[in-house]
Amino acid sequence: MYVAVKGGERAIRNAHRLLADKRRGPRNLPDITLEQIASQLALSVDRIMAEGSLYDRDLAALAMKQARGDLIEAIFLVRAYRTTAPRFGFSEPIDTSKMSIERRVSATFKDLPGGQLLGSTFDYTHRLLDPTLQGAEIEQAARADVTDEDRPMPRVTDLLAHEELIEGDGEAEEGAEVGDLTREPLSFPAERDLRLQTLARGDEGFLLGLGYSTQRGYSRTHPFVGEIRVGMVEVEIEIPELGFTVSIGEIQVTECQMVTQFQGSAKAPPQFTRGYGLVFGQGERKAMAMSLVDRALRAREFGEDVVAPAQDEEFVLSHSDNVQSTGFVEHLKLPHYVDFQAELDLVRRMRREYEDRTADEGKEAAE
Amino acid sequence: MMRQEAMGVLARANLEELRGALGAWPEPPDAESLRGPEAGLIMLRGRAGGGGAPFNLGEATVARATVRLSSGEVGFSCVLGRDLEKARLAALFDALWQREAEVVDMHLLTLVRERLAGQIERTAEETAATRVNFFTMIRGEDE
Repeated sequence: MYVAVKGGERAIRNAHRLLADKRRGPRNLPDITLEQIASQLALSVDRIMAEGSLYDRDLAALAMKQARGDLIEAIFLVRAYRTTAPRFGFSEPIDTSKMSIERRVSATFKDLPGGQLLGSTFDYTHRLLDPTLQGAEIEQAARADVTDEDRPMPRVTDLLAHEELIEGDGEAEEGAEVGDLTREPLSFPAERDLRLQTLARGDEGFLLGLGYSTQRGYSRTHPFVGEIRVGMVEVEIEIPELGFTVSIGEIQVTECQMVTQFQGSAKAPPQFTRGYGLVFGQGERKAMAMSLVDRALRAREFGEDVVAPAQDEEFVLSHSDNVQSTGFVEHLKLPHYVDFQAELDLVRRMRREYEDRTADEGKEAAE
Repeated sequence: MMRQEAMGVLARANLEELRGALGAWPEPPDAESLRGPEAGLIMLRGRAGGGGAPFNLGEATVARATVRLSSGEVGFSCVLGRDLEKARLAALFDALWQREAEVVDMHLLTLVRERLAGQIERTAEETAATRVNFFTMIRGEDE
Protein backbone atom coordinates (compact mmCIF):
# COMPACT_ATOMS: atom_id res chain seq x y z
CA MET A 1 0.00 0.00 0.00
CA TYR A 2 1.15 3.50 -0.83
CA VAL A 3 1.14 5.88 2.15
CA ALA A 4 1.39 9.62 1.53
CA VAL A 5 4.79 11.16 2.18
CA LYS A 6 5.87 14.74 2.79
CA GLY A 7 9.01 16.58 1.86
CA GLY A 8 11.30 16.53 -1.14
CA GLU A 9 9.82 19.64 -2.75
CA ARG A 10 13.14 21.08 -3.79
CA ALA A 11 14.41 17.75 -5.14
CA ILE A 12 11.21 17.23 -7.13
CA ARG A 13 11.34 20.76 -8.52
CA ASN A 14 14.92 20.30 -9.62
CA ALA A 15 14.20 16.85 -11.06
CA HIS A 16 11.48 18.36 -13.24
CA ARG A 17 13.81 21.18 -14.22
CA LEU A 18 16.40 18.59 -15.20
CA LEU A 19 13.73 16.73 -17.19
CA ALA A 20 12.89 19.95 -19.08
CA ASP A 21 16.58 20.55 -19.75
CA LYS A 22 17.11 16.98 -21.04
CA ARG A 23 13.96 17.29 -23.13
CA ARG A 24 15.35 20.38 -24.83
CA GLY A 25 18.72 18.68 -25.36
CA PRO A 26 21.86 20.47 -26.61
CA ARG A 27 20.99 24.13 -27.23
CA ASN A 28 23.06 24.26 -30.41
CA LEU A 29 20.48 21.98 -32.05
CA PRO A 30 17.14 23.43 -33.26
CA ASP A 31 14.09 22.91 -31.05
CA ILE A 32 11.86 20.30 -32.73
CA THR A 33 8.50 21.78 -33.79
CA LEU A 34 5.08 20.18 -33.34
CA GLU A 35 4.59 20.46 -37.11
CA GLN A 36 7.76 18.40 -37.63
CA ILE A 37 6.59 15.77 -35.16
CA ALA A 38 3.08 15.59 -36.66
CA SER A 39 4.35 15.29 -40.22
CA GLN A 40 7.65 13.40 -39.95
CA LEU A 41 6.88 11.11 -37.00
CA ALA A 42 3.26 10.69 -38.10
CA LEU A 43 2.89 7.03 -37.18
CA SER A 44 3.95 7.65 -33.57
CA VAL A 45 1.44 10.50 -33.46
CA ASP A 46 -1.24 8.16 -34.85
CA ARG A 47 -0.50 5.61 -32.15
CA ILE A 48 -0.81 8.27 -29.46
CA MET A 49 -4.20 9.28 -30.89
CA ALA A 50 -5.41 5.67 -31.12
CA GLU A 51 -4.37 4.55 -27.64
CA GLY A 52 -4.97 7.97 -26.09
CA SER A 53 -8.47 7.51 -27.56
CA LEU A 54 -8.53 11.12 -28.75
CA TYR A 55 -8.33 12.22 -32.37
CA ASP A 56 -6.28 15.44 -32.40
CA ARG A 57 -2.94 15.41 -34.26
CA ASP A 58 -1.67 18.65 -32.68
CA LEU A 59 -2.34 17.48 -29.12
CA ALA A 60 -0.77 14.10 -29.83
CA ALA A 61 2.34 15.81 -31.25
CA LEU A 62 2.56 18.03 -28.18
CA ALA A 63 2.21 14.98 -25.92
CA MET A 64 4.98 13.24 -27.88
CA LYS A 65 7.30 16.19 -27.40
CA GLN A 66 6.45 16.65 -23.73
CA ALA A 67 7.02 12.92 -23.10
CA ARG A 68 10.42 12.99 -24.86
CA GLY A 69 9.13 10.38 -27.31
CA ASP A 70 7.90 7.98 -24.58
CA LEU A 71 4.68 6.84 -26.26
CA ILE A 72 2.94 5.42 -23.20
CA GLU A 73 3.69 8.60 -21.25
CA ALA A 74 2.33 10.62 -24.20
CA ILE A 75 -0.81 8.46 -24.29
CA PHE A 76 -1.20 9.07 -20.54
CA LEU A 77 -1.00 12.86 -21.13
CA VAL A 78 -3.67 12.70 -23.84
CA ARG A 79 -5.97 10.61 -21.63
CA ALA A 80 -5.52 13.12 -18.81
CA TYR A 81 -6.41 15.96 -21.20
CA ARG A 82 -9.63 14.31 -22.34
CA THR A 83 -10.91 14.04 -18.79
CA THR A 84 -10.78 17.85 -18.54
CA ALA A 85 -12.87 18.56 -21.65
CA PRO A 86 -16.69 18.50 -21.77
CA ARG A 87 -18.35 16.02 -24.11
CA PHE A 88 -20.80 17.59 -26.55
CA GLY A 89 -22.26 14.37 -27.92
CA PHE A 90 -21.78 11.47 -30.31
CA SER A 91 -21.09 11.19 -34.01
CA GLU A 92 -23.12 9.14 -36.42
CA PRO A 93 -21.22 5.86 -37.00
CA ILE A 94 -18.52 6.48 -39.60
CA ASP A 95 -19.04 4.77 -42.97
CA THR A 96 -15.80 3.07 -44.03
CA SER A 97 -17.31 1.96 -47.35
CA LYS A 98 -17.23 5.63 -48.41
CA MET A 99 -13.58 6.08 -47.41
CA SER A 100 -11.20 8.14 -49.58
CA ILE A 101 -8.72 5.32 -50.01
CA GLU A 102 -5.01 5.80 -49.34
CA ARG A 103 -4.22 2.10 -49.12
CA ARG A 104 -6.26 -1.01 -49.71
CA VAL A 105 -5.04 -4.58 -49.92
CA SER A 106 -6.57 -8.01 -49.71
CA ALA A 107 -4.69 -11.23 -49.07
CA THR A 108 -7.68 -13.35 -50.04
CA PHE A 109 -8.86 -11.90 -53.37
CA LYS A 110 -6.44 -11.08 -56.14
CA ASP A 111 -8.89 -9.34 -58.46
CA LEU A 112 -11.36 -7.40 -56.40
CA PRO A 113 -13.41 -4.44 -57.68
CA GLY A 114 -11.43 -1.25 -57.14
CA GLY A 115 -8.18 -3.23 -57.11
CA GLN A 116 -5.29 -3.37 -54.71
CA LEU A 117 -3.53 -0.14 -53.81
CA LEU A 118 -0.33 -0.40 -51.80
CA GLY A 119 -0.22 3.25 -50.73
CA SER A 120 2.67 4.26 -48.48
CA THR A 121 3.83 1.00 -46.92
CA PHE A 122 6.86 -0.63 -45.30
CA ASP A 123 5.79 -3.91 -46.96
CA TYR A 124 8.30 -5.18 -49.55
CA THR A 125 11.08 -2.93 -48.22
CA HIS A 126 14.28 -4.79 -47.37
CA ARG A 127 14.54 -3.45 -43.83
CA LEU A 128 18.09 -2.28 -44.47
CA LEU A 129 19.06 0.90 -42.63
CA ASP A 130 19.55 3.73 -45.10
CA PRO A 131 22.38 6.08 -44.08
CA THR A 132 21.65 8.33 -47.09
CA LEU A 133 18.28 9.31 -45.55
CA GLN A 134 20.02 11.90 -43.38
CA GLY A 135 19.61 15.21 -45.18
CA ALA A 136 18.78 13.57 -48.52
CA GLU A 137 16.67 15.23 -51.21
CA ILE A 138 13.53 13.11 -51.52
CA GLU A 139 11.66 13.01 -54.81
CA GLN A 140 7.93 13.72 -54.99
CA ALA A 141 5.49 10.80 -55.01
CA ALA A 142 4.59 9.33 -58.40
CA ARG A 143 1.10 9.99 -59.75
CA ALA A 144 -1.19 8.07 -62.07
CA ASP A 145 -4.55 8.82 -63.62
CA VAL A 146 -7.58 7.95 -61.56
CA THR A 147 -10.25 6.05 -63.42
CA ASP A 148 -13.94 5.98 -62.58
CA GLU A 149 -13.79 2.35 -61.52
CA ASP A 150 -11.50 3.40 -58.65
CA ARG A 151 -14.45 4.97 -56.86
CA PRO A 152 -16.26 4.02 -54.81
CA MET A 153 -14.43 1.07 -53.38
CA PRO A 154 -16.74 -1.50 -51.78
CA ARG A 155 -15.59 -3.38 -48.69
CA VAL A 156 -14.54 -6.94 -49.54
CA THR A 157 -16.90 -8.30 -46.91
CA ASP A 158 -19.84 -6.57 -48.63
CA LEU A 159 -18.88 -8.13 -51.97
CA LEU A 160 -19.01 -11.61 -50.49
CA ALA A 161 -21.94 -11.19 -48.16
CA HIS A 162 -24.62 -12.00 -50.73
CA GLU A 163 -23.21 -15.49 -51.26
CA GLU A 164 -23.46 -16.14 -47.52
CA LEU A 165 -20.10 -17.93 -47.63
CA ILE A 166 -18.95 -15.42 -45.07
CA GLU A 167 -20.92 -14.09 -42.13
CA GLY A 168 -22.47 -10.63 -42.45
CA ASP A 169 -21.80 -7.57 -40.32
CA GLY A 170 -24.76 -8.38 -38.08
CA GLU A 171 -27.71 -6.13 -37.46
CA ALA A 172 -27.81 -3.34 -34.95
CA GLU A 173 -30.50 -3.89 -32.37
CA GLU A 174 -33.12 -1.18 -32.77
CA GLY A 175 -32.58 1.57 -30.19
CA ALA A 176 -29.94 -0.42 -28.28
CA GLU A 177 -27.65 1.59 -25.99
CA VAL A 178 -24.04 1.72 -27.15
CA GLY A 179 -21.80 0.74 -24.23
CA ASP A 180 -19.20 3.29 -23.18
CA LEU A 181 -16.35 2.25 -20.89
CA THR A 182 -15.43 5.91 -20.26
CA ARG A 183 -18.77 6.33 -18.49
CA GLU A 184 -19.42 2.92 -16.89
CA PRO A 185 -16.66 0.63 -15.62
CA LEU A 186 -16.35 -2.65 -17.53
CA SER A 187 -18.28 -5.61 -16.19
CA PHE A 188 -18.24 -9.17 -17.45
CA PRO A 189 -19.41 -10.73 -19.65
CA ALA A 190 -18.90 -7.70 -21.91
CA GLU A 191 -20.76 -7.36 -25.19
CA ARG A 192 -18.98 -6.81 -28.50
CA ASP A 193 -19.48 -3.01 -28.56
CA LEU A 194 -17.56 -2.67 -25.28
CA ARG A 195 -14.96 -5.20 -26.37
CA LEU A 196 -14.30 -3.30 -29.60
CA GLN A 197 -14.05 0.02 -27.73
CA THR A 198 -11.54 -1.51 -25.30
CA LEU A 199 -9.50 -3.07 -28.11
CA ALA A 200 -9.51 0.15 -30.18
CA ARG A 201 -7.73 1.98 -27.34
CA GLY A 202 -5.74 -1.05 -26.14
CA ASP A 203 -1.98 -1.35 -26.18
CA GLU A 204 -0.63 -2.35 -29.57
CA GLY A 205 2.11 -4.55 -28.12
CA PHE A 206 -0.23 -6.42 -25.81
CA LEU A 207 -2.80 -7.05 -28.56
CA LEU A 208 -0.07 -7.98 -31.03
CA GLY A 209 1.23 -10.64 -28.63
CA LEU A 210 -2.27 -12.00 -28.05
CA GLY A 211 -3.04 -12.01 -31.78
CA TYR A 212 0.22 -13.85 -32.41
CA SER A 213 -0.67 -16.38 -29.73
CA THR A 214 -3.88 -17.28 -31.62
CA GLN A 215 -1.80 -17.94 -34.75
CA ARG A 216 0.56 -20.18 -32.79
CA GLY A 217 -2.26 -22.42 -31.67
CA TYR A 218 -3.62 -20.84 -28.50
CA SER A 219 -7.21 -20.73 -29.86
CA ARG A 220 -6.65 -21.48 -33.51
CA THR A 221 -8.79 -19.45 -35.89
CA HIS A 222 -6.76 -19.79 -39.10
CA PRO A 223 -7.04 -16.15 -40.18
CA PHE A 224 -6.75 -14.42 -43.57
CA VAL A 225 -6.70 -10.70 -44.20
CA GLY A 226 -9.91 -10.15 -46.15
CA GLU A 227 -9.08 -6.50 -46.46
CA ILE A 228 -7.05 -3.69 -44.93
CA ARG A 229 -7.98 -0.15 -45.88
CA VAL A 230 -6.52 3.17 -44.78
CA GLY A 231 -8.00 6.55 -45.62
CA MET A 232 -10.18 9.49 -44.71
CA VAL A 233 -13.77 9.10 -43.58
CA GLU A 234 -16.33 11.79 -42.97
CA VAL A 235 -17.57 12.55 -39.44
CA GLU A 236 -21.20 13.59 -39.13
CA ILE A 237 -23.18 14.67 -36.10
CA GLU A 238 -26.88 15.17 -35.68
CA ILE A 239 -27.94 18.66 -34.68
CA PRO A 240 -31.33 18.37 -32.98
CA GLU A 241 -32.07 22.11 -33.38
CA LEU A 242 -31.58 21.85 -37.14
CA GLY A 243 -33.16 18.44 -37.65
CA PHE A 244 -30.40 17.18 -39.93
CA THR A 245 -26.87 15.79 -39.72
CA VAL A 246 -23.89 18.04 -40.36
CA SER A 247 -20.47 17.00 -41.58
CA ILE A 248 -17.82 18.36 -39.19
CA GLY A 249 -14.70 17.18 -41.02
CA GLU A 250 -12.71 14.06 -41.78
CA ILE A 251 -10.54 11.67 -39.82
CA GLN A 252 -8.02 9.08 -40.98
CA VAL A 253 -8.67 5.51 -39.90
CA THR A 254 -7.32 2.02 -40.59
CA GLU A 255 -9.77 -0.86 -40.90
CA CYS A 256 -8.97 -4.57 -40.96
CA GLN A 257 -11.44 -7.29 -41.93
CA MET A 258 -10.02 -10.62 -40.78
CA VAL A 259 -11.69 -13.67 -42.28
CA THR A 260 -11.31 -16.73 -40.10
CA GLN A 261 -12.07 -20.39 -39.66
CA PHE A 262 -15.49 -21.46 -40.81
CA GLN A 263 -18.19 -22.70 -38.55
CA GLY A 264 -20.98 -25.08 -39.25
CA SER A 265 -23.40 -27.09 -37.20
CA ALA A 266 -26.45 -29.31 -37.66
CA LYS A 267 -28.54 -26.14 -37.87
CA ALA A 268 -26.23 -23.74 -39.76
CA PRO A 269 -24.33 -24.36 -43.01
CA PRO A 270 -20.53 -23.84 -42.94
CA GLN A 271 -19.50 -20.23 -43.22
CA PHE A 272 -16.36 -18.14 -42.69
CA THR A 273 -16.46 -16.08 -39.50
CA ARG A 274 -14.85 -12.67 -39.00
CA GLY A 275 -12.89 -10.42 -36.69
CA TYR A 276 -12.88 -6.64 -36.96
CA GLY A 277 -10.24 -3.98 -36.35
CA LEU A 278 -10.64 -0.21 -36.55
CA VAL A 279 -8.16 2.37 -35.24
CA PHE A 280 -7.46 6.09 -35.55
CA GLY A 281 -4.78 7.09 -38.05
CA GLN A 282 -2.55 4.73 -40.01
CA GLY A 283 -2.09 1.77 -37.69
CA GLU A 284 -2.27 -1.42 -39.63
CA ARG A 285 -0.42 -3.72 -37.20
CA LYS A 286 -2.76 -2.60 -34.43
CA ALA A 287 -5.89 -2.99 -36.60
CA MET A 288 -4.78 -6.52 -37.58
CA ALA A 289 -4.01 -7.51 -33.98
CA MET A 290 -7.36 -6.05 -32.88
CA SER A 291 -9.25 -8.08 -35.48
CA LEU A 292 -7.52 -11.32 -34.40
CA VAL A 293 -8.35 -10.69 -30.76
CA ASP A 294 -11.91 -9.60 -31.59
CA ARG A 295 -12.46 -12.93 -33.33
CA ALA A 296 -10.91 -14.92 -30.46
CA LEU A 297 -13.14 -13.08 -27.97
CA ARG A 298 -16.25 -14.14 -29.88
CA ALA A 299 -15.76 -17.69 -28.54
CA ARG A 300 -18.90 -17.49 -26.38
CA GLU A 301 -21.03 -16.44 -29.36
CA PHE A 302 -19.85 -19.41 -31.45
CA GLY A 303 -19.97 -21.91 -28.58
CA GLU A 304 -16.20 -22.46 -28.71
CA ASP A 305 -14.32 -23.76 -25.67
CA VAL A 306 -12.42 -21.00 -23.90
CA VAL A 307 -9.00 -22.61 -23.63
CA ALA A 308 -6.54 -19.81 -24.42
CA PRO A 309 -5.66 -16.38 -22.97
CA ALA A 310 -6.84 -14.51 -26.10
CA GLN A 311 -10.35 -15.95 -25.67
CA ASP A 312 -10.62 -14.97 -22.00
CA GLU A 313 -12.40 -11.62 -22.15
CA GLU A 314 -11.86 -10.70 -18.52
CA PHE A 315 -8.13 -11.35 -18.88
CA VAL A 316 -7.82 -9.54 -22.23
CA LEU A 317 -10.02 -6.54 -21.51
CA SER A 318 -8.67 -5.98 -17.99
CA HIS A 319 -5.05 -5.89 -19.13
CA SER A 320 -5.07 -4.27 -22.58
CA ASP A 321 -5.08 -0.66 -21.39
CA ASN A 322 -1.50 0.58 -21.14
CA VAL A 323 -2.40 3.63 -19.03
CA GLN A 324 -4.04 1.42 -16.41
CA SER A 325 -1.21 -1.09 -16.64
CA THR A 326 1.53 1.48 -16.31
CA GLY A 327 -0.27 3.22 -13.47
CA PHE A 328 -0.35 0.09 -11.37
CA VAL A 329 3.09 -1.21 -12.32
CA GLU A 330 4.81 2.17 -11.98
CA HIS A 331 3.23 3.04 -8.64
CA LEU A 332 5.46 0.34 -7.17
CA LYS A 333 8.43 2.73 -7.34
CA LEU A 334 6.74 5.35 -5.16
CA PRO A 335 7.57 5.30 -1.43
CA HIS A 336 6.15 2.17 0.23
CA TYR A 337 8.21 2.60 3.40
CA VAL A 338 5.48 2.07 5.99
CA ASP A 339 4.05 -0.91 4.17
CA PHE A 340 7.44 -2.52 3.71
CA GLN A 341 8.40 -1.81 7.32
CA ALA A 342 5.35 -3.74 8.49
CA GLU A 343 6.24 -6.70 6.30
CA LEU A 344 9.84 -6.55 7.46
CA ASP A 345 8.67 -6.78 11.09
CA LEU A 346 6.46 -9.70 10.18
CA VAL A 347 9.28 -11.61 8.47
CA ARG A 348 11.60 -10.94 11.47
CA ARG A 349 8.99 -12.33 13.87
CA MET A 350 8.39 -15.39 11.68
CA ARG A 351 12.12 -16.06 11.44
CA ARG A 352 12.43 -15.79 15.23
CA GLU A 353 9.63 -18.30 15.66
CA TYR A 354 11.22 -20.59 13.07
CA GLU A 355 14.59 -20.42 14.81
CA ASP A 356 13.03 -21.12 18.25
CA ARG A 357 11.11 -24.05 16.80
CA THR A 358 14.14 -25.65 15.07
CA ALA A 359 16.22 -25.10 18.22
CA ASP A 360 13.52 -26.89 20.27
CA GLU A 361 13.34 -29.73 17.77
CA GLY A 362 17.16 -30.02 17.80
CA LYS A 363 17.06 -30.24 21.60
CA GLU A 364 14.34 -32.91 21.53
CA ALA A 365 16.26 -34.96 18.94
CA ALA A 366 19.41 -34.78 21.07
CA GLU A 367 17.58 -35.92 24.19
CA MET B 1 -26.64 23.92 -52.52
CA MET B 2 -28.40 22.98 -49.31
CA ARG B 3 -27.47 24.55 -45.97
CA GLN B 4 -26.33 21.12 -44.81
CA GLU B 5 -23.81 20.98 -47.64
CA ALA B 6 -22.64 24.56 -47.04
CA MET B 7 -22.01 23.75 -43.37
CA GLY B 8 -19.92 20.73 -44.41
CA VAL B 9 -17.74 22.98 -46.58
CA LEU B 10 -17.47 25.60 -43.82
CA ALA B 11 -16.23 22.89 -41.42
CA ARG B 12 -13.36 22.21 -43.83
CA ALA B 13 -12.45 25.86 -44.48
CA ASN B 14 -9.21 26.98 -42.87
CA LEU B 15 -8.82 30.12 -40.80
CA GLU B 16 -7.08 31.97 -43.61
CA GLU B 17 -9.95 31.33 -46.03
CA LEU B 18 -12.57 32.38 -43.46
CA ARG B 19 -10.69 35.57 -42.55
CA GLY B 20 -10.12 36.37 -46.21
CA ALA B 21 -13.82 36.06 -46.96
CA LEU B 22 -14.72 38.20 -43.95
CA GLY B 23 -12.25 40.85 -45.10
CA ALA B 24 -13.88 40.86 -48.52
CA TRP B 25 -17.37 41.29 -47.03
CA PRO B 26 -18.80 44.75 -47.92
CA GLU B 27 -19.15 45.85 -44.31
CA PRO B 28 -18.43 43.94 -41.08
CA PRO B 29 -21.52 41.80 -40.33
CA ASP B 30 -23.30 42.76 -37.14
CA ALA B 31 -23.61 39.58 -35.06
CA GLU B 32 -23.92 38.55 -31.43
CA SER B 33 -22.70 35.34 -29.86
CA LEU B 34 -25.43 33.04 -28.52
CA ARG B 35 -23.09 30.24 -27.44
CA GLY B 36 -19.34 29.79 -27.40
CA PRO B 37 -17.11 29.54 -29.26
CA GLU B 38 -16.20 26.64 -27.00
CA ALA B 39 -14.03 23.53 -27.26
CA GLY B 40 -15.05 20.02 -26.23
CA LEU B 41 -15.22 16.42 -27.35
CA ILE B 42 -17.40 14.29 -29.59
CA MET B 43 -17.41 10.51 -29.13
CA LEU B 44 -16.82 9.01 -32.58
CA ARG B 45 -18.57 5.79 -33.44
CA GLY B 46 -17.76 2.95 -35.77
CA ARG B 47 -19.72 -0.19 -36.66
CA ALA B 48 -18.72 -3.78 -35.91
CA GLY B 49 -17.60 -5.36 -39.17
CA GLY B 50 -17.99 -1.98 -40.90
CA GLY B 51 -21.79 -2.11 -41.20
CA GLY B 52 -23.06 -3.80 -38.03
CA ALA B 53 -23.92 -2.60 -34.53
CA PRO B 54 -22.35 0.73 -33.51
CA PHE B 55 -19.52 0.94 -30.97
CA ASN B 56 -17.59 3.82 -29.45
CA LEU B 57 -14.27 4.13 -31.26
CA GLY B 58 -12.76 7.07 -29.36
CA GLU B 59 -13.22 10.80 -28.99
CA ALA B 60 -12.20 13.78 -31.14
CA THR B 61 -11.75 17.42 -30.19
CA VAL B 62 -14.29 19.83 -31.63
CA ALA B 63 -15.03 23.53 -31.44
CA ARG B 64 -18.55 24.90 -31.78
CA ALA B 65 -20.32 28.23 -31.82
CA THR B 66 -23.76 29.75 -32.33
CA VAL B 67 -24.21 33.37 -33.48
CA ARG B 68 -27.17 35.59 -34.41
CA LEU B 69 -27.03 38.32 -37.02
CA SER B 70 -28.77 41.61 -36.29
CA SER B 71 -31.08 40.67 -39.18
CA GLY B 72 -32.15 37.60 -37.15
CA GLU B 73 -30.49 34.60 -38.85
CA VAL B 74 -28.92 32.13 -36.40
CA GLY B 75 -25.73 30.46 -37.55
CA PHE B 76 -24.24 27.27 -36.08
CA SER B 77 -20.92 25.50 -36.38
CA CYS B 78 -19.24 22.41 -35.03
CA VAL B 79 -15.81 21.62 -36.49
CA LEU B 80 -13.08 19.06 -35.76
CA GLY B 81 -10.13 20.52 -33.83
CA ARG B 82 -9.83 23.18 -31.15
CA ASP B 83 -9.75 26.35 -33.24
CA LEU B 84 -12.30 28.63 -31.55
CA GLU B 85 -11.86 31.48 -34.03
CA LYS B 86 -12.52 29.09 -36.89
CA ALA B 87 -15.69 27.86 -35.15
CA ARG B 88 -16.89 31.44 -34.59
CA LEU B 89 -16.31 32.43 -38.21
CA ALA B 90 -17.87 29.20 -39.55
CA ALA B 91 -21.01 29.94 -37.49
CA LEU B 92 -21.02 33.54 -38.74
CA PHE B 93 -20.82 32.39 -42.37
CA ASP B 94 -23.54 29.80 -41.79
CA ALA B 95 -25.77 32.69 -40.70
CA LEU B 96 -24.69 34.86 -43.61
CA TRP B 97 -25.31 31.97 -46.01
CA GLN B 98 -28.97 31.90 -44.93
CA ARG B 99 -29.24 35.58 -45.86
CA GLU B 100 -26.96 35.79 -48.89
CA ALA B 101 -26.10 32.31 -50.11
CA GLU B 102 -24.66 33.41 -53.48
CA VAL B 103 -22.20 35.86 -51.91
CA VAL B 104 -20.90 33.31 -49.39
CA ASP B 105 -20.68 30.79 -52.18
CA MET B 106 -18.67 33.13 -54.39
CA HIS B 107 -16.28 34.54 -51.77
CA LEU B 108 -15.71 31.44 -49.71
CA LEU B 109 -17.32 28.09 -50.45
CA THR B 110 -16.15 27.88 -54.07
CA LEU B 111 -12.54 28.52 -53.02
CA VAL B 112 -12.67 25.95 -50.24
CA ARG B 113 -14.23 23.35 -52.50
CA GLU B 114 -11.58 23.89 -55.15
CA ARG B 115 -8.80 23.45 -52.60
CA LEU B 116 -10.41 20.29 -51.20
CA ALA B 117 -10.97 18.82 -54.67
CA GLY B 118 -7.29 19.45 -55.47
CA GLN B 119 -6.18 17.68 -52.30
CA ILE B 120 -8.47 14.72 -52.88
CA GLU B 121 -7.32 14.42 -56.49
CA ARG B 122 -3.67 14.55 -55.51
CA THR B 123 -4.07 11.80 -52.90
CA ALA B 124 -6.09 9.68 -55.33
CA GLU B 125 -3.44 10.06 -58.05
CA GLU B 126 -0.57 9.25 -55.71
CA THR B 127 -2.49 6.21 -54.47
CA ALA B 128 -3.40 5.13 -58.01
CA ALA B 129 0.34 5.03 -58.86
CA THR B 130 0.71 2.25 -56.26
CA ARG B 131 -1.95 0.02 -57.86
CA VAL B 132 -0.63 -3.53 -57.95
CA ASN B 133 -1.53 -6.64 -59.91
CA PHE B 134 -0.34 -9.81 -58.28
CA PHE B 135 0.10 -12.91 -60.44
CA THR B 136 -0.35 -16.37 -59.06
CA MET B 137 2.60 -18.41 -60.27
CA ILE B 138 2.05 -21.93 -61.55
CA ARG B 139 4.29 -24.18 -59.51
CA GLY B 140 6.22 -27.17 -60.95
CA GLU B 141 4.18 -29.81 -59.17
CA ASP B 142 0.96 -28.57 -60.82
CA GLU B 143 2.19 -29.39 -64.33
